[in-house]
Amino acid sequence: MAGPDSPTGPQDPERPDPQSPDPQSPESPDPGSEGGPWKRDPGLQPERTRLAWRRTTLACAVAASLAARQALHNGTGPVSVLCAALAALAWLGFLGVAGRRIRAMSAPRPPALSPRAAAAAAGCTLALVAFGAALTR
Amino acid sequence: MIDANRTPTRGRLASAVADVRLWFAPERLRAEGETPDYRFSLANERTFLAWLRTAMALVGGGFAVDQFLPDTNSALRLAAALTLLAGGAVCAVRALNHWVRCELAMRRGEDLPVSRFPVVLGLAVGVIALVMVGLVAVRWGG
Repeated sequence: MAGPDSPTGPQDPERPDPQSPDPQSPESPDPGSEGGPWKRDPGLQPERTRLAWRRTTLACAVAASLAARQALHNGTGPVSVLCAALAALAWLGFLGVAGRRIRAMSAPRPPALSPRAAAAAAGCTLALVAFGAALTR
Repeated sequence: MIDANRTPTRGRLASAVADVRLWFAPERLRAEGETPDYRFSLANERTFLAWLRTAMALVGGGFAVDQFLPDTNSALRLAAALTLLAGGAVCAVRALNHWVRCELAMRRGEDLPVSRFPVVLGLAVGVIALVMVGLVAVRWGG
């Protein structure tokens, strides 16, 4: 039990009262319990993973733009426009997978990536290759 | 290629098919071994994403070669573009496969799988970069 004036508490002493009703000390060595305002990974692994998804989405946006441009490179017939639209759709698919995963990262202990999500993310890359290169001569 | 102790008679094709089925069966992955520390899984996920970005960079580079080198010999340009695109596709599939294998190895408490792929990719990118330098030099010279 550590009150607001506890010398062991790392939080600022002028904070009147912790919002959490949990009287447990923030330095309690209890890795098993989930949640709690102080229960976070000191290595910020969920945050790093979230940023990795963000920059991969950005890379996917660049690749999808180039793929759409490639589809429209040799004319703007209906098939070209369809291929460009499908490349954009592949990016939207990646955005959806990344968005779900980024939301999952807000948990204190995020669950592991599911193989389906991984396959979907890799499949979006393959789709970009297929739709972009379909009309390349 | 999930199981390092598998008898060679089963062949690489059969093990590849087993890997592919595992991609779409999360319950089978979770049935193996014990769940590792979530930080290890997240590190594996970030490695997967880094490989995926590498794949996307190769794919984008392939498209860029075709679109932004219009004065280059068309056969050479197409060959370079298709090589980069194929490399990107292979890199994406391999990223997925390597992620599954690492996840399985961590769940089973085995050593992480080793791979020749980074060396091969590094050499291939080096060769392509040299070819591109040659192409640009020829363009400037001619």
